[in-house]
Amino acid sequence: MKFITEFGRYLLMLKGMFSKPENRHVYWKEFMHQCNDIGIGSAGIVVIISVFMGAVSTLQTAYQMVSPVIPKSTIAQIVRDTVLLEFAPTLVCIVLAGVVGSRIASELGNMRVSEQIDALEIMGINSKTYLIAPKIVAALLVIPLLIVVSAGLGIWGGWIAGNASGILSSNDFHRGLLGSFQPFNVYFMLIKAYVFAFIISSVPAFYGYYVEGGALEIGRASTKSVVVSCVLILFSDYLLAAILL
Amino acid sequence: MIEVKHLKKGFGDKLVLKDVSAVMEEGKCNLIIGSSGSGKTVFMKCLVGLFRPDSGQIFYHGEEFTDMSDDRRKEIRKEIGMLFQGSALFDSQTVEQNVQFPLNMFTNWTLAEKKKRVNEVLERVALKDAHRKFPSEISGGMKKRVGIARAIVLNPKYLFCDEPNSGLDPQTSLVIDKLIKELTDEYKITTVINTHDMNSVMEIGDKIIYMYQGEKEWEGTNKQIIFSKNQRLNDFIFASEFLRDAKDMRMLEQTGKIDNNRNMDDLIK
Repeated sequence: MKFITEFGRYLLMLKGMFSKPENRHVYWKEFMHQCNDIGIGSAGIVVIISVFMGAVSTLQTAYQMVSPVIPKSTIAQIVRDTVLLEFAPTLVCIVLAGVVGSRIASELGNMRVSEQIDALEIMGINSKTYLIAPKIVAALLVIPLLIVVSAGLGIWGGWIAGNASGILSSNDFHRGLLGSFQPFNVYFMLIKAYVFAFIISSVPAFYGYYVEGGALEIGRASTKSVVVSCVLILFSDYLLAAILL
Repeated sequence: MIEVKHLKKGFGDKLVLKDVSAVMEEGKCNLIIGSSGSGKTVFMKCLVGLFRPDSGQIFYHGEEFTDMSDDRRKEIRKEIGMLFQGSALFDSQTVEQNVQFPLNMFTNWTLAEKKKRVNEVLERVALKDAHRKFPSEISGGMKKRVGIARAIVLNPKYLFCDEPNSGLDPQTSLVIDKLIKELTDEYKITTVINTHDMNSVMEIGDKIIYMYQGEKEWEGTNKQIIFSKNQRLNDFIFASEFLRDAKDMRMLEQTGKIDNNRNMDDLIK
């Protein structure tokens, strides 16, 4: 019953976001601010994760390829497809759920508790439109870009690791990268990125916006939003794979 | 003028406001007083539309606020300024940006015009050199003044203040009270203040509404309150022996029967 109530409130929050902006210029500034916070603010961690995820997957795939009949370029194919289909969208988005999600939940929670959201409402501003919509739109723009960058860096990390450890040459890696390439995998990665970006931004916004109490409750809302976002990401990951692949 | 008729509001089984009717007079400081849990904050939040009442009506200049369309309600809210208990300044913005925010949102003025207006109101609340500071860098009294500046920057018709003196020292409280009173008189604003502060009641209470357990128990002026026979009101206002003695002396003074055997030293026992 509680789940249905919460889901209903979540839908109402999303519905409440759709109203005419009071001033387009102010909303545009807020949108750009969110793009910067979500995009530039998470770029460092995304770069680190992506490079190492590609590197480790090259080494571990090579470790499991014990048969001499399988060409070494297959390692690059496996790394490419693993990075595109799973690691770049899912792993990075789970990390972003922690980095971006907790920030959104605690920012809105703090604004709620310190009556800043009430202050916006009193001024005649739709606080859902002003505070939540720019975050979701910014996430939908920036997170897929981060995922594309992550996929590129993951493959690059795999190539560096393969070369540095002497597992496979650059030629083998490049041959593997181009072999049996299916463009749909990139589309699938982008579909996942958009779905996960929506979850990462809207779920923490919901928990932060409706927080009640004080500092303790803000912390709880932040933790809960990350946990729920991660579970939803994994659930929708399975669902998308089952439907689209 | 704000008129409230038979306002009721509850949360779950608990009825917090029980049929409250009142009139907030135009161009005056209307004070709502009462002990903690008496329902005055819920009352104020109903007045500004943050809570939807279960029943009853609220009229802003004769126009019903409770059943108004969202668009019209937005228009009315542009005429409302509110000072929150914790000031509710935007943490990520400087003092200047906080005050300029309503102008950015609701006017098409040039940047120079906005800056001019911001300087005017900040000067009005005696804050000249705090433009570039963030809320975390200023004192509680300054935050209240920035809150007032933000509330009045669009020339509101109605000003709501939720416990404007909470957390302030007596001297700063006096400054804030004086400022609110001056602004009310200067711009003919209908001001509604939630307060516990007896000094405010005596100094600026043009009209006082005392709430007790969700009901309006008494209303009158700061001149009438001292002579009130309402036991609950007297228990609330003159809670300490010091204040009861002060009241006795004031009444003796007012009636011309000054007790020469008592002086201020008697009060400080």
